[in-house]
Amino acid sequence: MGRIFRVTGSAVEADGMRGSLMHEMVEVGNEKLLGEIIRLDGDTAFIQVYEETTGLTPGEPVRGTGKPLSVELGPGVLKSIYDGIQRPLEVIKNEHGDFIFRGINAPSIDRKAKWDFTPSVKKGDSVKPGDIIGTVPETKLIVHKIMVPKGVEGNVESIKKGVFTVTDVICTVKSGKQTHKLTMMQTWPVRKPRPVDEKLAPEIPLLTGQRVFDTFFPLAKGGTAAIPGGFGTGKTVSQHQLAKWSDASVIVYVGCGERGNEMTEVLEEFPQLKDPKSGLPLMERTVMIANTSNMPVAAREASVYTGITLAEYYRDMGYDVAIMADSTSRWAEAMREMSSKLEEIPGEEGYPAYLASRLADFYERSGRVKNLNGTTGSVSIIGAVSPPGGDFSEPVTQNTLKVTRVFWALDTTLADRRHFPSINWLTSYSLYTTRLDDWFVGNVGKEWSHLRGKAMSLLQKESELREIVQLVGPDALPVSERIILEVARMLREDFLQQNAFHEVDSYCNVEKQYRMLKVIVSFNKYANKLISSGKTIDDVMNLPMVTEIGRMKYMDEKAFAESYNKIIKEMGD
Amino acid sequence: MAVKEYKSVERVFGPLIVVNKIRDVSYNEMVEIETSSGEKRFGQVLDAMEDKAVVQLFEGTSELDTKGTKVKFLGESMKLEVSEGMLGRIFSGAGRPIDRLGKLVPEDRLDVNGLPINPASREFPREFIQTGISAIDAMNTVVRGQKIPIFSASGLPHNELAAQIARQAAVLKSKENFAVVFAAIGITAEEAHFFRNDFEKSGAIERIVTFLNLADDPTIERIITPRAALTAAEFLAFEKGMHVLVILTDMTNYCEALREVSAAREEIPGRRGYPGYMYTDLAMLYERAGRIKGKKGSITQLPILTMPSDDITHPVPDLTGYITEGQIVLSREMHRKGVFPPIDVLPSLSRLMQQGIGPERTRDDHADVSNQLYSGYAEGRDLRDLVAVVGEEALGEREKRFIEFSDRFEAEFVSQGSKDNRSIAETLSIAWDILSSLSEKDLKRIDPKHIEKYFKK
Repeated sequence: MGRIFRVTGSAVEADGMRGSLMHEMVEVGNEKLLGEIIRLDGDTAFIQVYEETTGLTPGEPVRGTGKPLSVELGPGVLKSIYDGIQRPLEVIKNEHGDFIFRGINAPSIDRKAKWDFTPSVKKGDSVKPGDIIGTVPETKLIVHKIMVPKGVEGNVESIKKGVFTVTDVICTVKSGKQTHKLTMMQTWPVRKPRPVDEKLAPEIPLLTGQRVFDTFFPLAKGGTAAIPGGFGTGKTVSQHQLAKWSDASVIVYVGCGERGNEMTEVLEEFPQLKDPKSGLPLMERTVMIANTSNMPVAAREASVYTGITLAEYYRDMGYDVAIMADSTSRWAEAMREMSSKLEEIPGEEGYPAYLASRLADFYERSGRVKNLNGTTGSVSIIGAVSPPGGDFSEPVTQNTLKVTRVFWALDTTLADRRHFPSINWLTSYSLYTTRLDDWFVGNVGKEWSHLRGKAMSLLQKESELREIVQLVGPDALPVSERIILEVARMLREDFLQQNAFHEVDSYCNVEKQYRMLKVIVSFNKYANKLISSGKTIDDVMNLPMVTEIGRMKYMDEKAFAESYNKIIKEMGD
Repeated sequence: MAVKEYKSVERVFGPLIVVNKIRDVSYNEMVEIETSSGEKRFGQVLDAMEDKAVVQLFEGTSELDTKGTKVKFLGESMKLEVSEGMLGRIFSGAGRPIDRLGKLVPEDRLDVNGLPINPASREFPREFIQTGISAIDAMNTVVRGQKIPIFSASGLPHNELAAQIARQAAVLKSKENFAVVFAAIGITAEEAHFFRNDFEKSGAIERIVTFLNLADDPTIERIITPRAALTAAEFLAFEKGMHVLVILTDMTNYCEALREVSAAREEIPGRRGYPGYMYTDLAMLYERAGRIKGKKGSITQLPILTMPSDDITHPVPDLTGYITEGQIVLSREMHRKGVFPPIDVLPSLSRLMQQGIGPERTRDDHADVSNQLYSGYAEGRDLRDLVAVVGEEALGEREKRFIEFSDRFEAEFVSQGSKDNRSIAETLSIAWDILSSLSEKDLKRIDPKHIEKYFKK
């Protein structure tokens, strides 16, 4: 046991700590505030405290717990809302009221809830870490697979079927002379990636129902994406849309140093929104980590690790998991605050020199993998970045781009024009595009890559032409180029823009995306044909089909199918 | 904890002192300092060590010595005495009554730092506040429990706008319990007087709690002022069930005080010398807005900040914009054109708007109209640049319509004068008026059924 000799903000120094471990969890002071050792120096330990330290006094005790910061894993994680160190906020609210006091604690997973366990192994079977020994229906959407924890290998001696709490022994495993008692719950240190058998190449898209993402800059299951953007460009709305509509089985949403009201929005909305595939509430597949900007900074630093560990755990069961971290800049700033308290020599813009490696370590925990138990699962990471002043040259954005494969660049000028999602189509990229083309061509439509290429070249051409228009006015352009401007406008307004708050337009499946794009690209051809047969631009743009194309995105499936057939027929394509 | 008194001041520098040979001093503990001449000042422990402490003085360190200065550690963090009797009263920037109306009879003593609201306890704000200002109500709708700053710059009429919002916001007129908490942070006596005057005229002065730290008051006290104001607001909102509007002006002065302390502590500076923790520090203030499930009251925050050299990427507006739920941006160009309020709608935003509008709250066409005004005005502004180069003759019919629309948008819609209080129906009606400059097929953002119902041909 040590004692505090200095307190400044969330950093506490204690002596008498020899024998403590780096990254060990400690209980600080008389109120037993949770903290983590982040530097050891002889007898002295530097501790970052996960709670407000007001009133902490030198001389108070510090107690080690002997284990690193860990999360509890087991049935009951889904549908929960946790803070950065996995304290259950609903439970804390019910027990302690509307404000978060310090020194309060509650088990992350409800100890009293009972779960219906069905074994999938039998007595005598040999098991090793990661093997699935049985299942529990955790929510209406997700069957929770109970896995053998780390360090347990041997033969099943006994296994029970029935209704248990997470602390009841459900299985015993004998290895040599030792008998391990297994429960449905295990723990895992958050800073350590959970092991896998091997990483696989990502070749299946993570479909999001958002046209600009799926069609132009697709993300693969197991891939990584960064969404940087200044304030008001729609990072959070994009993250919410992805959490709502992406076709992952499990969603981990980390609100890292962001607004309290936004977390509330998710909490109120998700139980009501229906998953487009199953028709069940989206909350049934979601777990939330909420460490808002006014909650302690050290817990904010921990929140992304807590989130990714929960994601890996569900991946190990064979699920496709997507984790949204909003915002990784706040996480990096938390690192910077701690680093400056430790008086470390700063790197770029005051961030610690290890910023790049921490970011890389985090994004590398993504991937499509073959699990230890032979199942296949994936973790896709989508990290929002909040660059100061919207300037992408700052260290967090730059270091994130080094390790992520998809770049969805949010653009303030587009946002000001209420072009949402305000993804800049000229600067964004996806390094998965070619690899995923096979999937799209095989599963959606033969012309997928052709249409995308054509549309993109029209948009490219438009941006060049617009520079000329700025100098000479639109009238000076030849008709063929004015058609490009019109069709590109159509692409921007009728395809790229998507209204997150519109009942129908909020989610657009890939089949519809494909056909919408086909209509617009065909229209380009048709318009050129009409022009060469002597029609004027105004004739073409006043065609009723132009208005109809503009309404396609708001049409439900049936109306859209009719409209699509009608327009394609009319164009004789 | 017993009160401990020492005379062992070792160093005095900037707003800080170091006290030696002490025992059992806690982090953030309040400190009372008595100078050799008997003057009393207050401070707070920033760094608590076994045998010494760094203390930040709110009223500055001038005339302190290292010989006779007495330092008393008070054994608790900074508290504010609160009661319903605060309404109508004036307090110093540190929360002491200064209006010669005597002491406050406190109902409670609360920690000025507050506590974070559990995200699971928050209720999402969705109750429309009618400010009577078209550019806000139609396009940047504010709801109860929102935090939305005014981004201004020196020489722009942000005070007039804030006073108009406070005066016209339906919160002030409803029969419900309402209150305004007004915190002056380093503004001039004249500006503070303007607000008092305006509140008095509106007859709401007895519903207003004022905290005054004026330009010539101690700089470091500014770190306490918004905290004291928000503590009072929380008490009135969540204990007394009132709808509280908090005006904090000017947050740029607050940030400068923060920078001063950070520099004195020789911390590694972030952008433009502001401390790296400024985001977290500002969030501790701004996040104290909102609603709580099962409680009647609400806190709506209207911070005002001036952007140094009109730069929206300056750390103060930048970090603020990342925390608040939108921003209302004032523009020098609009001001020069004589538009009042000179709101530039394009960079302005209300993030909670979607939830506060619609058929049950305002009107069915509200969202579409707002989107159409935005995109139409943005296009018109672009075209103006083009006209400057190629002249109006080079433009087509469609382009001319958009230019006319955006001119009318500024002159008829945004511009309305400081006494004009428009209902949301009036605002939307003016919007449809000016949309008639466009042709029906330009209205791509509006659902055809609304066009049929409202479009004026």
